[in-house]
Amino acid sequence: MPSMTTRKTTWRAPSVLPGFGLTFGFSLAWLSLIVLIPLSMLFIKSAGMGWQAFVDVGFSERALTAYRLSFGTALAAAFVNAVFGLLVAWVLVRYAFPGKRVISALVDLPFALPTAVAGIALTALYAPSGWVGQYLDPLGIKVAFTPIGITVALVFIGLPFVVRSVEPVLADLGKDVEEAAATLGAGRAQTFARVIFPAILPALFTGFALAFARGVGEYGSVIFISGNMPGKTEIAPLLIVTQLEQYNYDGATAIAMVMMLVSFAVLFTLNAVQSIRRRRLGA
Amino acid sequence: MTRKTRKVTPGTESRTAQVLLITLALAFLAFFLMLPLIAVFSEALKQGIGPFLDAVANPDAFSAIRLTLIIAAISVPLNMVFGLAASWAITKFSFPGKNLLLTLIDLPFSVSPVVSGLIFVLLFGAQGLLGPWLSAHGVKIIFAVPGIILATVFITFPFVARELIPLMMEQGKEDEEAAVSLGANGWQTFWHVTLPNIRWGLLYGVLLCNARAMGEFGAVSVVSGHIRGETNTMPLHVEILYNEYDFVGAFAVASLLAALALVTLVLKTVLEWRFDLHSGARH
Amino acid sequence: MIRVENITKRFGNYPALHGIDLEIQAGEFIALLGPSGSGKTTLLRIIAGLEFQDEGHVHFNGEDVSDIPVGKRNVGFVFQQYALFRHMTVADNIAFGLTVRKARNRPPKAEIKARAQELLRVVQLEGLGDRYPGQLSGGQRQRVALARALAIEPSLLLLDEPFGALDAKVRKDLRRWLRDLHKQMGLTSIFVTHDQEEALELADRVVVMDHGRIDQIGTPEQVYMEPATAFVSHFVGETNRLPDGRHIRPHDIEIVAEGRDRVMVDNVFRKGGSWRVEGRLHETGTIVEIDIDSHDTPPAVGETVAIAAKRARIFSAAEQR
Repeated sequence: MPSMTTRKTTWRAPSVLPGFGLTFGFSLAWLSLIVLIPLSMLFIKSAGMGWQAFVDVGFSERALTAYRLSFGTALAAAFVNAVFGLLVAWVLVRYAFPGKRVISALVDLPFALPTAVAGIALTALYAPSGWVGQYLDPLGIKVAFTPIGITVALVFIGLPFVVRSVEPVLADLGKDVEEAAATLGAGRAQTFARVIFPAILPALFTGFALAFARGVGEYGSVIFISGNMPGKTEIAPLLIVTQLEQYNYDGATAIAMVMMLVSFAVLFTLNAVQSIRRRRLGA
Repeated sequence: MTRKTRKVTPGTESRTAQVLLITLALAFLAFFLMLPLIAVFSEALKQGIGPFLDAVANPDAFSAIRLTLIIAAISVPLNMVFGLAASWAITKFSFPGKNLLLTLIDLPFSVSPVVSGLIFVLLFGAQGLLGPWLSAHGVKIIFAVPGIILATVFITFPFVARELIPLMMEQGKEDEEAAVSLGANGWQTFWHVTLPNIRWGLLYGVLLCNARAMGEFGAVSVVSGHIRGETNTMPLHVEILYNEYDFVGAFAVASLLAALALVTLVLKTVLEWRFDLHSGARH
Repeated sequence: MIRVENITKRFGNYPALHGIDLEIQAGEFIALLGPSGSGKTTLLRIIAGLEFQDEGHVHFNGEDVSDIPVGKRNVGFVFQQYALFRHMTVADNIAFGLTVRKARNRPPKAEIKARAQELLRVVQLEGLGDRYPGQLSGGQRQRVALARALAIEPSLLLLDEPFGALDAKVRKDLRRWLRDLHKQMGLTSIFVTHDQEEALELADRVVVMDHGRIDQIGTPEQVYMEPATAFVSHFVGETNRLPDGRHIRPHDIEIVAEGRDRVMVDNVFRKGGSWRVEGRLHETGTIVEIDIDSHDTPPAVGETVAIAAKRARIFSAAEQR
C-alpha cells in the first residue's frame, strides 16, 4: 500500500479537521511556559536546598502551627458549607419562592468578588466594634482575629463550590425515584436519608473537597480578619509571604511544598474514594 | 374523616417545612453573602459622597485602576486564545494523554494564590533562577508589571478552556465535518461554524476570567512589590489604604471592585438564562 | 463509478472493517444495511473522506481519491442528526458550500442566491429560506440537510441513516420522495440504514454488512429470496432455524395432515394480511413462527399440527455466520 499506509502511522487518530498541530502545539507550549515550568521551580528549589534545610523550615514549630490552623479552619469551613450548601442547593432546586433567581445568582458572589474586598468587608462586620461584632463582643464571643474569623472567611469563599456541585445532581435526580420510594411506603425522612442523600453524596463530596482545597490556600479574604499573630492566627500562605518578605526563598519554598503535597494528597485520596464508589455503582 | 391532616403530595415536603427550610437558607445567605456586600458600600459612603469621590479620584487610586485594566486587557485575551486552541485540540481530535492534559490545565485551580506568585519569584526574582541574567540585561519582571501579568495569566489560566471544553465536547464535530465536506477550509470552518456555536460560552468564560484577573490579590501581592503609582493594582491598593487606616478610601476602591463583581454576576446570570449555559463549580 | 477496494479499518484494537470490496455504478441507489457495529457507517465515512482507511483504496471514476481530502472529493454528505448550522438561516445553510469557495471558483452572489432558492424549491421548502433550522420540523430539517449537500452538485450523495431521527409517518413520505428525487436528478447515492424494510423499498442494490464484512450484495429480491448467509437470512426478513439446520421463512411453512415435524400451537394472531401462528417443535421445544393465508383457517391454540417446508435453505459452514 503506497501513500495511504505511510500517512496513517501517526500517534493520534487521523481526522478530517485541520489545525491539530497548530492548536495542540500552541496549547502545550503555553501550558509549559505559564504553568509547568514555573511550578517545577518549587521542586527544583526544594531539591536544591537539602533535606535538613527543608525540614528545618518546612516542619518548624511555627510552620506546623500554621498548617494546623490552615487545614483545621479549611476543614471546619468545608463542613459548614457542606451542611448549608446542601440546604441552599435543595431550596433553590426544589422550592419556588419570590426572588429565587436573584438569590441563585448571588450564590456566585464569592467567585466574582475580589478576595481582598471580602476580607475587609468581613473584618468590618466582625471586628469587636463592627456591625455584628459589637453584639457578640459583650457575650465574650470573639470572631475577628481568632480562628473563628478565619473560618467565617473560608465559609464565604467556599460556599459556591458546594452549592454548584450539588445543584445539577439534585435537579437531575428524577422525581420518579422519590415517588417510587413513596409508593413503597417510605416516609419523607426515609426517602431523603435512603434515596436522595446517597444519590447526591458524591457531588456533595466533590463540593466539600473543592471548598476545602480552596480554603487551605486562601489568602486575600483571610489576612484581614485573622490578625496574623504568629503561632496563633498565622495561616500557612501568610507564613510564605512573611518568609518572602525576609528574602528567605528557601523557607517560602519549603512551606509551599508541604502545603501543596498535603493538598494534593487529600484531593487524590478523595478522588480515589470517589472513583471506587463510581465503579461500584457502574455509573 | 376523623383526623384532619394536610394532604402532602408525595415527593415533597409540607408547606411548613418548606417555609422553614427556605427561611433558614435565606438567613444563612443574608448573613454570609448579603451582609458583607452591603458593608462594602455602606462603609465606602460612611462619610458621604464627597470623601468617597475624593478617594476614587486620588491619583494613586487612579493609577491602580489603570494598571488593573491594563493587566486584564493583556491577560484575558492571552487566555482566550489559549482556551480556544486547547479546546479545539482536545475536543476535535483523539490522542493519547488527553486526560493528563486536562488535569494539567486545571492545575492552577488547585495551587494557592500565594504559591502562584512564589513560583514566579523563584524563577525571575533577584535570587531566582533567571534573576542574575535578567538583572544583567536590565529586564525587570518581579516587582514590575510583567510579573503581575504572568501571575495573573497563571491564576486565570483554566477559565476559558474549562468553559469551552465541555461545551464543544457536547456539540461534537458533526457541524465541522459538514462544513469541511462542503469544501470549507480550517479558518472558514472555525469562523463560520465553530465560533458562532460557542460564542456565548466563550463570552461566559471570558467574563469569569476577567473578574478573576481584575480581582486577584494573593498572587499579585507576592510579585508586585506594592510600589504606589507603579505596580499597585486595585486590590493591592485596597490593602494599602486599609493598613494605613484610611478605611473610607479602602472601601471606596473596594466598592468599585464590588460593583464590577455585581456587573459580572448580572451578565453571567443573563447568559445562563438566555443561552442555557450551566454554571459549574470549577473556579 | 465508485470502486472500493480491500478497505480495512480498526479503531484501536477494535476491527471495524476487514477487506471491503464494492463497486457502484453511476446512477445507482445503494443501501448499506446492517446492525449497529457492522461497520456500515464507517464505510460510508471512508468513502466520503471523513474517516481514513488503514488499508485499501477508494476510486471515483477510476481515480484513486484516498489522499484527496473530503472537501475536494465533491461528495454530498447528509449527517444522521443533519448537522445544520443553527446560527444560519436555511438559505445560508444551503448556500454555505458555495460561499466558502475561493473567490475565483465562487459563483456571483446573485447566482448563489438563485441556486439556494432553486434547491429550496427542489426540496419543497419554498418560502422557508429565511427561517432558522430551530424553527423547522424534523422532516423539514432533513430536507434542508439534503439541499445543502446537493448545492455543491456532488458526484456522489451519501446519507447516514437519513430517516433515523424521524417518526414513522414522516419517514414513509420522505422515503418515497427521496427515491423520486434520486431518479429525477440522476444522482448516485449510498445510504446507511439498519432498517431492512427501508433498504428493500428504496435501494437498487442492497449491501448487507455484519461485523465489518460484506455478507451479500444484491438486488432487494436477491437478498430476500436468496440470502447468501445465515445472517442475511435472519437480518433481512424473518427466518425459523430448525434443529436440523434448515432455515425457513414463516410463509414458506405450510400445515399438512401428516408429517415428521410436529408443532404445538401456543398463540395465533393476525399480522398484516395473514395469520401468524407461534408454536414449539415437539421434540426440541424450538420456537417456530408460521404465516398462513388469511383466507385459510388457522389451527387452534393448544392443538398439535404437522408442518412441512415449501422452501428451505441450508448454509455451509462458511455461510453459517
